[in-house]
Amino acid sequence: EFRRFSLERSKPGKFEEFYGLLQHVHKIPNVDVLVGYTDIHGDLLPINNDDNYHKAVSTANPLLRIFIQRKEDADYSAFGTDTMTRKKNVLSNVLRPDNHKKKPHIVISMPQDFRPVSSIIDVDILPETHRRVRLYKYGTDKPLGFYIRDGSSVRVTPHGLEKVPGIFISRLVPGGLAQSTGLLAVNDEVLEVNGIEVSGKSLDQVTDMMIANSRNLIITVRPANQRNNVVRNSRTSGSSGQSTESSLPSSTPNILANFLQGEEESDEEDIIIEDSGEPQQIPKAAPTSESLESLTQIELLQESTQNGFLPSSEMNLNHSAGSVSMDYEVQDPDHKSLEEDGTIITL
Amino acid sequence: MRRFLRPGHDPVRERLKRDLFQFNKTVEHGFPHQPSALGYSPFLRLMAIGTRSGAIKLYGAPGVEFMGLHEENNTVMQIHFIPDQCQLVTLLDDNSLHLWSLKQHSGASELREEHRFTLKGPPGSPPSATQITAVLPHSSREVLYLGTESGNIFVVELPSFRVLEDRTITSEAVLQRVPEDYCNRRSCELVEALWEHPKNPDQILIGYSRGLIVLWDLQNNKVTHHFLGSQQLENLYWQRDGSKFISCHYDGSYTQWPVSSDNRQPEPLENLVPYGPFPCKAISKIYWQTTKNGLPYIIFQGGMPRASYGDRHSISVVHGSQQTAFDFTSRVIDFFIIFSSEPTAEFDDPSAMVVLAEEELVVIDLKTAGWPAVHPPYLASLHCSAITCSHHVSNIPLKLWERIISAGSKQNIHYSNMPWPIDGGTNIAPDPPQRDLLLTGHEDGTVRFWDASGVCLHLLYKLSTVRVFLTDADPNDNMNTLGEDEWPPLRKVGTFDPYSDDPRLGIQKIYLCKYSGYLAVAGTAGQVLVMELNDEDAEHVVDHAEADLLQDQEGYRWKGHEKLKTRDGPVRFEAGFQPFVLVQCQPPAVVTSLALHSEWKLVAFGTSHGFGLFDHQQKRLVFVKCTLHPSDQLALEGPLSRVKSLKKSLRQSFRRIRRSRVSSRKRRGGSGNASEVQEANAKFDQDALQEMELAPVQRKIEARSAEDSFTGFVRTLYFADTFLRDSSRHCPSLWAGTNGGTVYAFCLRVPPAERRMDEPVRAEQAKEIQLMHRAPVVGILVLDGRSTPLPEPLEVAHDLSKSPDMQGSHQLLVVSEEQFKVFTLPKVSSKLKLKLTALEGCRVRKVTVANFGSCKTDDYSENDLAVLTNLGDIQIISLPFLKVQIRYPCIRKEDVSGIASCVFTKYGQGFYLISPSEFERFSLSTKWLVEPRCTVDMPEVTSNNHVHKSVMESAARKSRSSEDYGEDERKSGRLMEHALLNDEKVLKEIQSTLEGGR
Repeated sequence: EFRRFSLERSKPGKFEEFYGLLQHVHKIPNVDVLVGYTDIHGDLLPINNDDNYHKAVSTANPLLRIFIQRKEDADYSAFGTDTMTRKKNVLSNVLRPDNHKKKPHIVISMPQDFRPVSSIIDVDILPETHRRVRLYKYGTDKPLGFYIRDGSSVRVTPHGLEKVPGIFISRLVPGGLAQSTGLLAVNDEVLEVNGIEVSGKSLDQVTDMMIANSRNLIITVRPANQRNNVVRNSRTSGSSGQSTESSLPSSTPNILANFLQGEEESDEEDIIIEDSGEPQQIPKAAPTSESLESLTQIELLQESTQNGFLPSSEMNLNHSAGSVSMDYEVQDPDHKSLEEDGTIITL
Repeated sequence: MRRFLRPGHDPVRERLKRDLFQFNKTVEHGFPHQPSALGYSPFLRLMAIGTRSGAIKLYGAPGVEFMGLHEENNTVMQIHFIPDQCQLVTLLDDNSLHLWSLKQHSGASELREEHRFTLKGPPGSPPSATQITAVLPHSSREVLYLGTESGNIFVVELPSFRVLEDRTITSEAVLQRVPEDYCNRRSCELVEALWEHPKNPDQILIGYSRGLIVLWDLQNNKVTHHFLGSQQLENLYWQRDGSKFISCHYDGSYTQWPVSSDNRQPEPLENLVPYGPFPCKAISKIYWQTTKNGLPYIIFQGGMPRASYGDRHSISVVHGSQQTAFDFTSRVIDFFIIFSSEPTAEFDDPSAMVVLAEEELVVIDLKTAGWPAVHPPYLASLHCSAITCSHHVSNIPLKLWERIISAGSKQNIHYSNMPWPIDGGTNIAPDPPQRDLLLTGHEDGTVRFWDASGVCLHLLYKLSTVRVFLTDADPNDNMNTLGEDEWPPLRKVGTFDPYSDDPRLGIQKIYLCKYSGYLAVAGTAGQVLVMELNDEDAEHVVDHAEADLLQDQEGYRWKGHEKLKTRDGPVRFEAGFQPFVLVQCQPPAVVTSLALHSEWKLVAFGTSHGFGLFDHQQKRLVFVKCTLHPSDQLALEGPLSRVKSLKKSLRQSFRRIRRSRVSSRKRRGGSGNASEVQEANAKFDQDALQEMELAPVQRKIEARSAEDSFTGFVRTLYFADTFLRDSSRHCPSLWAGTNGGTVYAFCLRVPPAERRMDEPVRAEQAKEIQLMHRAPVVGILVLDGRSTPLPEPLEVAHDLSKSPDMQGSHQLLVVSEEQFKVFTLPKVSSKLKLKLTALEGCRVRKVTVANFGSCKTDDYSENDLAVLTNLGDIQIISLPFLKVQIRYPCIRKEDVSGIASCVFTKYGQGFYLISPSEFERFSLSTKWLVEPRCTVDMPEVTSNNHVHKSVMESAARKSRSSEDYGEDERKSGRLMEHALLNDEKVLKEIQSTLEGGR
């Protein structure tokens, strides 16, 4: 079901009022719902407090699409980074069948209400002295916030101990993503960037590699402080959800590189504006995934035609009136099952 | 699926790759950086130039060149050819001697180092005892005489470099019979000059720095004549018959001395200070050349009045009443005179003077009245004004080629038409496969057109854009205003002029359409000139249009330089490329990209603020697009970084001056001030480098955001006729890529030819693509239905390319500094990509489509991308599948200017600057290889008899010339073949067979 209404941009009010308004508009006063919106990158993000509500209103451009789901049938995994684009990445799913059988999440709290900012991955395959950290820059305002430098480290080689040049973290910017994760520290030696060893590369090269991967940066470090290392007994303990996604031996950097590249396809889609219409993400031309592709394309098409047909003068009018017109849909239970299938398969 | 595809080794492809790609650095074009020594062999008619980096380059007839590099990379101080041999000796500043020889190897001559030697004194002697100051290769070709700082002359055997101790000429032996009072006043000091007697090989003339000159008899090991000079000696020269010699001195004087058997201690005949009576600078080298008419040529370097002209670099030629002081813009390293070297000839009869200055080679014709300069076929000073950009055009149609040459020849009328006097060796390289032009843009607003087809980079034509503008410098205010009776009679020669009137004139982008002769040139102050080739002089008004790239953006203020003022009214242009329209960008920021479509008669230009499209047929601005991000203040501040660097460089130069003063105080005399400053600079740079290394180097890791500065900077512009809106209709389009990773596509409507003047060209934005990685877009390309890059404008019309496939679906290739991406068209969906930076940490600096032909089969060729990265590597990437084929290290990654200057050709060659004055040419192709291949004939000389030898020599020459004749015939055969290849019909046929083959 679609509802369209307007809201004053300058005075959005509190989340509670907004929640009430939604329930009122949809005439579902006693149903618990999850509220979400699509941000400019096409991600489905939750609205559950004043802050993210205000953020949502401020990003409206001028339309804000809001999705409402019944809390009991909510699909938590639909939220978060790249949720909208991930649907399209069918290919990787076909290749990684384990994703199909992903068990429904056990809801402990509501982690899906937040974006992940970092994770430790591949704990099961890395030596205990190493740590592979993934930083999600995407969608957060925080700067990555760290510096690297040249240095030298001591390696054990067949010829005894040897001093070799290395790359180290030299500074963490207070309040930056790197510092806030607590997973990286000054003097940690950088061993790999997104699966590629940095040995033999210059500081500038490593800098360029990190910046090129900054939207999904995975750095393998040898922490300067080795006392916090987890002593593991079993393979699974301590590995986060992401570890299954990238459980490949690090001894084969080539494959890892390919794989990482494949995975990144989904989270680095360029934006295209056709005929000065609304920005869209560029779909990936993948003729093998006809059916699912068409599904998502229809959706995009609808969106584009809707927006495309809005006379620009009207948009300006809305704008000048200081109001945000909202375009949102409530997911119909019947309709939703189909959609959900889609999400599950394409996740 | 890609994750399961290993980087496979397809053996067929691997073999094909070997047939297609091969990396070679083939030849260095231009003028050697920091030359330090000059040598000439009248026998081989070859010239040798040594440099401060230890390189030695030999040049003969055009196309004949050899290069060698001393391992030590030390400055070459002196070069001496061994008489009548294919050998030469170099002296480096570490006091080592090196023997080089030209040897035939698989049909071509090669320059090889044979021996090296350092003179060692007896144990305990000071190093100055063996510091070599003068070298004399004796005509016997068996020994070298080495004059040293101690005054002793050592004799070493060739080619073994064995010291013949018993033949050493000690200063004690020389001083034995010198009058005592003379002897007391001055000891011998160092040996300044050593000259063999022109008629008697058993006598050598020795000049010591304090003024004493002796004639030494090698047979009897004793002095035969003493010449008691009173001035510090600089150099000596024999008159041809050996009856007189001339000495030149530190005080700017020269002296003639008689040599006769009756007087063993003669008085000077004549002592003259040519530019007296006020104190003069030293005359460092002098020639005495006899002529048939009796009047000798006296040619000397320096000697200018110290106070008023002491800073001039001059060489004076005096012939009877004629006297000219050739005035060079840079320091004179050395010079030589080409004269009749036949020992039987009675007179020298000099024909040309060859001067090696620090920044250029100047040859003066001494035979023609007025002593005009000779246009050198090689060793061009590329940097007469600093090079600011370059552009290469392959395979120039013959018609355009001839027109450019004819325009150029009209500019060269003041040159002598004497054939190039240095004509040793034979060029046996095959004829260049096609006519190629290299265009260089310069800081002074000129564009130079170079013949880059072969080994000799030769200036064809020079175009100046200055005439369009009003500049501070009045063109009439020249050096020529000096009166006739001016003294000294200075005459400026050479083309090296590093001083730019106005840096805003600098050329930044060049685009030449080889089919239509349209040329677009854009400069530092936002000026875009469109020109047309005209074979006649013409006077016309240049149309003027302004393009406000900021449009209605409010609140910005341009703080950079102002636009150039234009000349009102008609302007006279000489034959050649003549501007007919000027588009001035506002704000007048440097033009960063330029594209010209000669078929649609459109020119597109971009700056750091936006881009625009101009219809040069109707002389109407079609549209402008501002690409500025609202937060990008930096772009409006003007060239801010430049201001900073200017400050820095000022500070540095002050420091340099201070340092150079210190060092010059420390050092004594030496090789002149300029070189010392340079050394001091080098030292300073090193110090600065060390300082930098001490500071902790760290790099910030931060994702690029839309707010970064200079995101609106337009990096690339591209015209394409493709499917932009829908897949059924194609239309002209303009594509622009920015520094912030945005690609704009505009749909163009160009009226048909018959209504071209009546209807306006329209443009409408059709697409805007934002690359999420936001890296600068450095290349945009559309591939047709066969995945072949779209042809250049007019290429199809001239039948030089088959028409693009408009049936299949087109693809768009966007190259950013970090990634290569292929998108489908007209609906933009990403199809393929290659991440370079994320995987290798290198960034794309230059990218071009190049055609590679197989060396095995004539009918196979393919298009690939040639890519230069910021690490100086060259990669070849296949089209359309974006697979890295091969990687070659090419330029040092520290050599930023080298990387920035690189240009690729359409056939897998390239050029980059290895110094401000030299292009290195490289080739990636197995098929197109331009490299010197030449021979130097070694006459079989067995006798010491000069006359006999010369007969042999001339016989050898004759036989060679007959060989040359045969060579010419063969050449012309090749030429015919070549001409056939250039015939369009033949080309068409070849192409059709090619098409059939596919």
